[in-house]
Amino acid sequence: MLLSPKRSQFLAVSVMWLLAALTLGVLVFIIGFILVQGLPHLTWTFLSESPRSMGREGGILPMIVGTLWVAGLAVLIAGPIGVATAIYLTEYTREGRFTAIIRFGADCLAGIPSIIFGLFGFVFFVITLGMGLSVLSGALTLALMVLPTIVRTSEEAIRAVPKSYRDVSFGLGSTRWQMVTWVVLRCALPGIGTGIVLALGRSISETAAVMLTAGSALGFPRSIYESSRTLALHFYILSREGISMTNAYATASALIIAILAINLFAYWLMRRFVAKVA
Amino acid sequence: MTIHQPIEIHAPAPADHPPRRLINPEALISAILALMALSALSGLFIITAFIFKEGVPIIAKVGIRRFIFSSDWYPLEGAFGIFPMIVGSLAVTAGAMVIGVIFGLGCAILLTQFCPPRLVSIIKPSIELLAGIPSVVYGFIGVAILVPFIRDHLGGPGLSVLASSIVLGVMTLPTITSISVDALQSVPKSYIEGAIALGATQWQTTHMVTLKAARSGIVAAVILGMGRAVGETMAVIMVAGNTIDIPHSILDPVRTLTSNIALEMSYAAGDHRKALFATGVTLFVIIMSLNTIALAVSRRRTGKVYAK
Repeated sequence: MLLSPKRSQFLAVSVMWLLAALTLGVLVFIIGFILVQGLPHLTWTFLSESPRSMGREGGILPMIVGTLWVAGLAVLIAGPIGVATAIYLTEYTREGRFTAIIRFGADCLAGIPSIIFGLFGFVFFVITLGMGLSVLSGALTLALMVLPTIVRTSEEAIRAVPKSYRDVSFGLGSTRWQMVTWVVLRCALPGIGTGIVLALGRSISETAAVMLTAGSALGFPRSIYESSRTLALHFYILSREGISMTNAYATASALIIAILAINLFAYWLMRRFVAKVA
Repeated sequence: MTIHQPIEIHAPAPADHPPRRLINPEALISAILALMALSALSGLFIITAFIFKEGVPIIAKVGIRRFIFSSDWYPLEGAFGIFPMIVGSLAVTAGAMVIGVIFGLGCAILLTQFCPPRLVSIIKPSIELLAGIPSVVYGFIGVAILVPFIRDHLGGPGLSVLASSIVLGVMTLPTITSISVDALQSVPKSYIEGAIALGATQWQTTHMVTLKAARSGIVAAVILGMGRAVGETMAVIMVAGNTIDIPHSILDPVRTLTSNIALEMSYAAGDHRKALFATGVTLFVIIMSLNTIALAVSRRRTGKVYAK
């Protein structure tokens, strides 16, 4: 060997610091670039107006509403199912073939690309069930997509609750369900919340699946049976079709700010949870 | 794994004790939860069923060999060959893995072995944030910055295998990092202490002991990252150029399986739409194979840890 062990360690560690610095640089650059270009155009009128002439002028209010509808509904559907799955896996059964199958299903679902979810949502919700391109079709598709995230994080959160809490609850004569709802869930709540908030973030940033299921109508969705364009899709259409670059940047900054806020909130929840169970 | 049995405490029943209910509420709750737990699995099942139901007949009609190995994609004339798209997907994925593995693994090793905890608490959430950025934003940055740079300095149209690989590499980095971090952290402390006690430097310990012990976990991380790269759609559409041609250099534009679906789905009808579902079937099979390999590899690892 040409290099002394000390030198080679120095070299390897420097290279890794460089890689990490570049990675963080990319993150800062992406966020900075979008915000610098977009923030000057992200005015109150832009946020509170409807788009005119295909988004060339006007604002993005209907897209904000549409995004909240689609992503919110998706999380509202997937949340309870995901948490119930996690409770079942951790509290109501022992590890065996059945749990292995359920976990396999969740793992596989997590690996399916969003465009496949889109194709499925299109043929199943939009056409077969006759929901059309609508908020509901989009939300149901996204719910399936984020379900594994919620199951996984809720399961981890529930497992992190100390065993002694459960023993005490049983010792006081509670039933299993009372123990789960009054002790375990209450304690695991911030951890479960992290998963749900992250799922919300993923629903907001998703484009491919939403494009094929929720459609791209420009107006306000008056009900969940109407098509609605989400922010991410609006940004894609504005920039790809070259409709208006300033509005594209402004839309992207709104999107980035939402994602940043959601991730910070999730991070804060996670820290609270770790502090609570540790 | 122990299961906590409820300790039944029977207090003496008061005189006006309500009559015993017919259904045990606990059993009912358990059944409901089990039913809900099955929803992910049934979701997977129904997705598979519908994608295959829509896609397989057209593959059978065209012939599986022609569908996969023919380069003629003229959907309006009924010629459905997706070979260029398969090559395209493989090319951008391979390129993405070069970047994703170098950066992702580098960050993972740094975070677990060399980084002071205070910096870990900054770097780790930042990398997780990278995973949260919408793919359309990645694609947009690719078009606005990367594509003109490649066009001006390296030649070609800019929209290329190279541009897609770089964008996908950054996008798969968080997956590779977070799973590798888990793998590296689950290496028993005693291995590392043993190596240090034998006089190895920290870096020698890392690459001779820790990385070897965590190998299967890291392989799983790379395969899952590959799955993410193959499946990514919007970012690739924006930077790959989307021409249906087998690329001859990394500066040539390509179309991937995913972009083929997303680009043509809006106006496709009849056999054309079915052929797009068949493209989805191909993608689905590739992804599922990758996931199964990753699951098998990581299961081998847990088996090994338990055996210790």
